[in-house]
Amino acid sequence: MLRFAPWKVASILIGTLLAFLLVVPSLLPKDTREAIGRSMPSWLPYRVVVLGLDLQGGAHVLLEVDSASVLRTQVENLRDDVRRVLRDEKVSLSGGIGLQQRGVTVRITNPTDRDRVLPKLQALSQPIGNALTGNVAGHSLDFNTTGEGLTQITVTDAGVADKVHRAITQSIEVLRRRIDQDGTTEPNIQQQGNDRILVEVPGLQDTTKLKELLGTTAKLEFRFNAAAGADPGEFEMLPQTDQPGLIPIEKRVIVQGEDLTDAQAGVDTNSGRPDINFTFNIRGGQRFGQATAENIGRQFAIVLDNKVISDPVIQSPIPGGKGQITGNYTIETANNLAVLLRAGALPAKLTIAEERTVGPGLGQDSIDAGKRAAYVGAALVLSYMLITYGTFGVFANVALAVHILLIFASMVLLGATLTLPGIAGIVLTIGMAVDANVLIYERIREENHAGRSIIASLDAGFTRAFGTIVDSNVTMFVAALILYLFGSGSVRGFAVSLGLGILTSIITAVTMTRMMIALWFRYRRPTKLPI
Amino acid sequence: MKLLRLAPENTKFGFMRFRRFSYPFSAILSILSIVMFLGVGMNFGIDFSGGILIEMRAKSGQADLSLLRGLGEKLNIGAIEVQGFGTEGDVSMRLGALAGGDQALQSTVSKLKAAVGDGYDFRRVETVGPRVSGELVQSGTLGVVISILAVLMYLWFRFEWQFAVGAVIATMHDLLLTVGFFSVTQLEFNTTSIAAILTIVGYSLNEAVVVLDRIREMMRKYKKMGIADMIDLSINAVLPRTIMTATTVFLALLALVLFGGEVIRSFSLAMMWGIFVGTYSSIFICTPILIYLGGGYSSESQTAVCRTQGPGRTSADRHRH
Repeated sequence: MLRFAPWKVASILIGTLLAFLLVVPSLLPKDTREAIGRSMPSWLPYRVVVLGLDLQGGAHVLLEVDSASVLRTQVENLRDDVRRVLRDEKVSLSGGIGLQQRGVTVRITNPTDRDRVLPKLQALSQPIGNALTGNVAGHSLDFNTTGEGLTQITVTDAGVADKVHRAITQSIEVLRRRIDQDGTTEPNIQQQGNDRILVEVPGLQDTTKLKELLGTTAKLEFRFNAAAGADPGEFEMLPQTDQPGLIPIEKRVIVQGEDLTDAQAGVDTNSGRPDINFTFNIRGGQRFGQATAENIGRQFAIVLDNKVISDPVIQSPIPGGKGQITGNYTIETANNLAVLLRAGALPAKLTIAEERTVGPGLGQDSIDAGKRAAYVGAALVLSYMLITYGTFGVFANVALAVHILLIFASMVLLGATLTLPGIAGIVLTIGMAVDANVLIYERIREENHAGRSIIASLDAGFTRAFGTIVDSNVTMFVAALILYLFGSGSVRGFAVSLGLGILTSIITAVTMTRMMIALWFRYRRPTKLPI
Repeated sequence: MKLLRLAPENTKFGFMRFRRFSYPFSAILSILSIVMFLGVGMNFGIDFSGGILIEMRAKSGQADLSLLRGLGEKLNIGAIEVQGFGTEGDVSMRLGALAGGDQALQSTVSKLKAAVGDGYDFRRVETVGPRVSGELVQSGTLGVVISILAVLMYLWFRFEWQFAVGAVIATMHDLLLTVGFFSVTQLEFNTTSIAAILTIVGYSLNEAVVVLDRIREMMRKYKKMGIADMIDLSINAVLPRTIMTATTVFLALLALVLFGGEVIRSFSLAMMWGIFVGTYSSIFICTPILIYLGGGYSSESQTAVCRTQGPGRTSADRHRH
């Protein structure tokens, strides 16, 4: 107990100093910090404690891919594919293609036709998994032919999951482009679970625009207005953005948003109203030029997310791949639409499953409240330890101060996020960290009262209390660990600070206090225990 | 310097005699908690019930509560729970789950914001859809159950099974009484409350372990003593520590309740309750179980509890000789 090797003392002191250096940047005012940061080598962990959105303010939005709509699109695409195959093979059906929730049915009564067509249909099914490694997990379609030539083609669960997975990865790319283009914020966009995307934008106050950026599919299509007397199967009735009522629009798409290379908000030279100027790529430009040349006098519709924005009459061919969208726009909405068109369409509809927005005012209030609680809590515990244990209380208090330092240092090192519940966790560990010291001190007293010498009491106090300290802290640590695994959002911050606090309190309350008491004993040679 | 001692020295309280009162007392409280939980129920926050929470501050410094209350009817979105808190200008509006799911929540928030107008700063806006809230309930419940199981395993490994049973029964008792506390006070129950519950579980076990550790030590030291006397001796020996630690944690929580702000007040209050309950149960609920499971007062059955040593040896034992 009393032999405490000099290298141990040195390493404890150096460790504490390093921890202090890690925390220093977080204590400096922002300007000073950034000025010093520029002259620091980049490999140094010169970082600040990351504040959660509940403290710095910002928006947390959890988006969910609508699996049902992904499936619906998939089934519709399947129907189109099957129709194409049948047309190519010149097979006519008795009863057409039946549309079901999970797939389609076709009835091919002629056996020779069936044998010819089925392999072609089966080729529509794609392997799922990594094609490069040959690790195939299944196929996207399932075939089931019953008697009388009825074939049922269903989309497999693996097929849907694969589509959802692709939709997620693609959506993350699109969302990142949309938000990045929008401004200087540093958003955090990541996948969560199988079908969700978490978007966190620090410092954002008004989420209306963010939600518009996230929630709009932005599927742009150029189609023709249906001619009078057209086949009902060839067109659909679509709503208009500026006027009530539905108008008939052909299902065939001439050019779509994918073929845009650029979109910019501008001002219409004739009306002086804001509009959006776009440029097609070569393929889109050619198609658009050809279609307009062949259909002078007809109306073509610009359709965004299944709503008709406008349907001007084609006065003359539009070559060169440039055009404009006019409508009832303000500068801001024109700008937003340009951003959406540049970033591309979302592959599936996203719904907002959870939203949490904290204004900067509330965040600052929370920081202030947390700080105040931490100062008061620390002051109460420190004075209580002092008046109960005197000199030993001072040792425990020094250990407590280092304990708090270590929590922050490890948070900086791990890049962990500090949230308001996290601050509560730290304040709570201030109360709990001294438990190890209390266990040791009470044990020392007990042994001393039982008639042992000072040195034997000190030794017995530390060794006997240690088992209890480990046991009692493991149970607390298990609770923190499970909270981290099952907790969400800011509660995780609580689990982090509680867990770190338990680990550091064992180091400080046991090792540091022991060092201090060993040194104190060596230099003071007390004849009586001060507790 | 005269040092402060809250706990009297060398106490010889007969804690075990109280089990005849503490068990029925705790049983009644536990049943009342269940009755309250089933009858009145907890005040679930939107984390678990789904819905909308908006916190705003009136720019004028004076919020018009009755006007805000009327919005529910005006916008035809059902009853809004409008509450003032903190300063005169702070208001929270809460709306339960809506038919129509995620989409309906979003459009309702826009409607509400527009209806409230420019007179207020929106300090917090939260919407939780039905699927997310369902999952939060699930993961919260699972977390509590798994943590109790994990700790049971650890205690079983470190101590004898009787100790583990005692600790877990005491923890369940604390859990029930905390649920009762939330039902009686109607403090909002949200994801931070799950954090509070798990911390209470941790604290309660911490307390139980400290007492059990000492009982185990005493069992080896005084092989002839009756189990009830031994438990009393152990509890008295650790009593100064129990009081001291409960006080420091209480002081830290007091600071959180008084200065930590509205957001974590329900967390801090629940934790405070947990400190009382956890300390009480570690003394009056956890340890008497050893008497029943150990088979009474005879020294034979008492040695049965501590005969097997296995991994249950503490470092203290190894240093003994």
